[in-house]
Amino acid sequence: MRHETIEKSMNLMIVLIIVAISIGGLVEIIPLMFSADATEPDEGITVYSPLRLAGRDVYVREGCYNCHSQMVRPFRSETERYGPYTTAGETVYDRPFQFGSKRTGPDLARVGGRYSDDWQRLHLMDPRALVPESNMPGFPWLAERPVDGELITTKLERLRMLGDPYTDEMIAGAAAEVAGKTELDAIVAYLQDLGINRRNRR
Amino acid sequence: MPAFWHWFVVGLTVLFIIYCVWLVSWSAKQGPKDVADDDLVGHKWDGDLEEWNNPAPKWWLYLYFITIAWGIGFLVAYPGLGNYQGMLGWTSTGQYEQEMQYAAATYEPIYEEFAAMDFAELTQNQEALSLGKSLYASYCTTCHGSDARGAPGYPNLADNDWQWGSDEQDIVTTILNGRMAAMPVLAPALGGDAGVDNMAKYVKSLSTGEADAGAQSAQPMFVALCSACHGVDGKGNKIFGAPNLTDDIWLYGSSHETIRDTLLNGRNGQMPAHGEMLGANRTKILAAYVASLSRQ
Repeated sequence: MRHETIEKSMNLMIVLIIVAISIGGLVEIIPLMFSADATEPDEGITVYSPLRLAGRDVYVREGCYNCHSQMVRPFRSETERYGPYTTAGETVYDRPFQFGSKRTGPDLARVGGRYSDDWQRLHLMDPRALVPESNMPGFPWLAERPVDGELITTKLERLRMLGDPYTDEMIAGAAAEVAGKTELDAIVAYLQDLGINRRNRR
Repeated sequence: MPAFWHWFVVGLTVLFIIYCVWLVSWSAKQGPKDVADDDLVGHKWDGDLEEWNNPAPKWWLYLYFITIAWGIGFLVAYPGLGNYQGMLGWTSTGQYEQEMQYAAATYEPIYEEFAAMDFAELTQNQEALSLGKSLYASYCTTCHGSDARGAPGYPNLADNDWQWGSDEQDIVTTILNGRMAAMPVLAPALGGDAGVDNMAKYVKSLSTGEADAGAQSAQPMFVALCSACHGVDGKGNKIFGAPNLTDDIWLYGSSHETIRDTLLNGRNGQMPAHGEMLGANRTKILAAYVASLSRQ
């Protein structure tokens, strides 16, 4: 009858459930925050340039992660198609990372340089113009929306507060870098940079 | 992992396992001796249908303990407890390397065998072509289409028109290193809108054979500006990837507006390099498949 003690006391049950589900997080997540593997950038990994950061935000806003993952798992079937598997050190400047959990479309972790800029542009505007079988939606409005230079400057400052090594010059030049650029330019710059530090290396 | 975090993980995990064992033992009714006659949960349906608070079946209880034992066994065999590597020495990258070595040992000889064959022979070899076809499906369809007939700006590979050449070496180089076409912006040199208009008409007339006065007036300009890449006769040059303008195959489209757009803004068609991804052997097989598409 002792199980009744827990089952009939809501407060005790809540406390015990919180304890139970916290242990996993404490053990699996907290130590990683202090592990160099997960917090130090891999060789060749730098902070996002202002334009690419803007592109990343477009990627998140449009929900690209709903259909595209950004994590090549260490299986031959994946590395043959996408390139080398993803490491934790590649995503240290991703807040939050875009691993995703669903692949309606292909993985994008190493899409940088796989297609030309023109291809990416046209494909984002009208995917079926290039790939008739595609079920990806078009994003034609991206070409009409300018990138907000002031907002990007603020974002860079905030990211620096979180520890990303943006220099004063980078922040000062951010608005100039994105001046006159559209969101389409930004997301293409972001995509073309994805995973190129180890692209095609095996 | 630093020592502190190692012991943090080990300590919490071990404590939690002990806690699980204790919780299950403590809360479980051990058997019929624990059951009182009046141990009803207090629900009543249809007047006399009541629910007893009986112990769960033994096999159910044992499942909890089996699960816990499985977890302990797992932590002994596999990495999980902090820096402890596990008795089996398993790592995800180690498993991956093994998989890759197996694949290399199994498939590389097949690729090598085909790569050693003569190219012309390879384009006739059904086995090699079916391999090439699956490589094509993995790496090429996104731009050139699953039927290899291309898209505006992305060449049709199934026809007999070759922008960068159709020899073995040409196709292999295209796949390995990629290509970058450079059609410059010509509007300023053509002398404004009228000049662009006339040149667009002249370029179109190269394939239709119908040149009006405006088109003809652009001919000297074509020789001066365009012939360096496209040739005086407009038949193109595979060294620069300059398309043949006299046939009826149009990479970007044949409308007056499209040709004008090409002259006004230039074109920089790009074939990405696939060398590091495919390697030389597979590239040759793929090249043979691409060549076979138009040699059937």
